[in-house]
Amino acid sequence: MTETLIGNFPFVAAVVLMGIALYILIFRRNLIKIVMGITILSSSVNLFLVTLGYRAGGIAPIYTDAPEGPMVLPVVQALTLTNIVIAVATSALILSLVIRIYRHTGSLDSKKSRRMKG
Amino acid sequence: MSKIVRTVANQLMAFVLVFGLYVIMHGHVTPGGGFQGGAIIASGVVMLIVAFGSGQIKKFLRERRLSLVESSGALLFILIAFAGIGTVFFYNFLVGSRIFGGIPPTGSNPGDVWTGGVIPVMNLAVGLKVTAGLSAAVLALALFSSGEEMEE
Amino acid sequence: MRQFFAWLFLIVLMVFLVIGGFEMVHPFGEPPSTMDQYIIDNAQEEAGSNNVVGAVVFDYRGFDTLGEATVLFAAVMGVLLVLRASEKKEET
Repeated sequence: MTETLIGNFPFVAAVVLMGIALYILIFRRNLIKIVMGITILSSSVNLFLVTLGYRAGGIAPIYTDAPEGPMVLPVVQALTLTNIVIAVATSALILSLVIRIYRHTGSLDSKKSRRMKG
Repeated sequence: MSKIVRTVANQLMAFVLVFGLYVIMHGHVTPGGGFQGGAIIASGVVMLIVAFGSGQIKKFLRERRLSLVESSGALLFILIAFAGIGTVFFYNFLVGSRIFGGIPPTGSNPGDVWTGGVIPVMNLAVGLKVTAGLSAAVLALALFSSGEEMEE
Repeated sequence: MRQFFAWLFLIVLMVFLVIGGFEMVHPFGEPPSTMDQYIIDNAQEEAGSNNVVGAVVFDYRGFDTLGEATVLFAAVMGVLLVLRASEKKEET
């Protein structure tokens, strides 16, 4: 039991980050803080994906001038690369919508822009 | 911005371009590739926007040119994917042929650029797409906040 | 009342995830992998590149890169569409 308690700590760090991001998304009303919460959520998922593929004593999966040792898993790193690019693109789109909402309603409170008006 | 910042940004943009193109084209030998090199060049463009102001940059990077570069990157990617349709979609048909066709020896070796098959061409296509896309997005955000819009 | 249910949901979810992080995942450093071992062993002959991650992104899993290029394209078009200054300044 204590072996997994100390050895699995990187997974629990990613889960704690996800907890902080979910707290921001549920309990905060400022629109910029909600965008920050979405970014922290995708960062925690990326961290969890990369630590899933670690081999003890491993080296980077590149064959150019490689030292001795087993290689870490490459497929998980490819998924993380895709996820980072998609997160940048959607964060740019969300921020442009926040700018439009601020120009239209004049405040950054999410309770004031909740009802759809004509 | 002051004259020192503008001069240094001018001189540094050449180094950023060379380093970004190096990371894009050596994507099959060293860590890197299309997405990473495209982000490097886009951050160089952001440095120019901060130093010179978005009003001066919009005369040089127009919307039509950036759209053209991004669409040509996407089209090149899809054409290369369709070119190996004789066997399967996304088939690596350049391994063993004359351009980019070498096969590296098994195990640790000093890398050779003329290997990799169809991967360096795809790296170039994706690098063009990411550069143009991220530069256009940041330029549109900077121009909207100061009250103008992108030139045709 | 709504705040009480929101706190309850968050605490139950976090307890479940922390216990899952300790018990339900494989021990850190020994992943069960047969597909990745095949890709590491055969990437130099079949794809012809030294960078195994580059070969996975563009050769073994090219469809994911196609989907990501489409999402990037759509998001950039969305940003350029939303941030246009409106032509008519006076609206009744």
